Amino acid sequence: MIRTINRRNWLAGAGTLATLTVQPKLMAAMPEPVQSVIQRDFPGADIQPGKVNIELPALAENGNSVRIKVSVESPMTETDYVSFMQIIAPANPLPDVARFDLSHANGLAEVETRIRVSAEQDIVVIAGLSDGSLWSGSAHIVVTVAACLDALY
Amino acid sequence: MLKARISVPARARRGEVMAIKTLISHPMETGFRRNSLGQAIPRNILTRFECRYNGKSVFTATLHPAVAANPFIAFHVRAQDSGRLEFIWTDQDNKETSVIRELTVDPAA
Repeated sequence: MIRTINRRNWLAGAGTLATLTVQPKLMAAMPEPVQSVIQRDFPGADIQPGKVNIELPALAENGNSVRIKVSVESPMTETDYVSFMQIIAPANPLPDVARFDLSHANGLAEVETRIRVSAEQDIVVIAGLSDGSLWSGSAHIVVTVAACLDALY
Repeated sequence: MLKARISVPARARRGEVMAIKTLISHPMETGFRRNSLGQAIPRNILTRFECRYNGKSVFTATLHPAVAANPFIAFHVRAQDSGRLEFIWTDQDNKETSVIRELTVDPAA
């Protein structure tokens, strides 16, 4: 069958090409739940790996409370600061964990909290700078007793 | 009103970056768990935390069920002027718990 380039074919092809070019290389490497969070919160944005440091235990005995410290290299001046950090746990029942909105008033882009981790996974953090650029980092964690599964007696 | 514990210096020098630690007692029930009868336990979480410095918002956190029970949040604020630091937690029903701390800022050395 000879496939002629009519309007329908062309539109279908153009659509595929558009999705391929819009998604940066990094996106393809991320697990699906992270990709859908990115699609929802930062559609079409270019996220580069780097600048984000995550302090997370490599092995957690109890997934119900895991200490995580996120920091981003930044002078935190009025013109150059970190505007937000967003933690994503792709293997949790809900990948959203927390989002922190910062400004130059913080002086240091470092936030610590405790989170629930339901399975072995790579926790991803996306940080946004005042110039609009987005950066990402990830840290692997293994949990022996997962959160969310505990029965109540 | 929930029970909150906050660690923040009472005095600081202007320009100094202060470490602030907050802890609040809350179950952060995820909504994914079931009781012994197999019934789902309804979600009950804090959804927002905010720190205001002399009325101006300097730090906000959006929380999801994956934040552990008794949310602990530590962050930093640069000391500017004497005044009050207000810490506000909001739950999913928009009920607020707030704590106020006075801060004295000395001129930079």
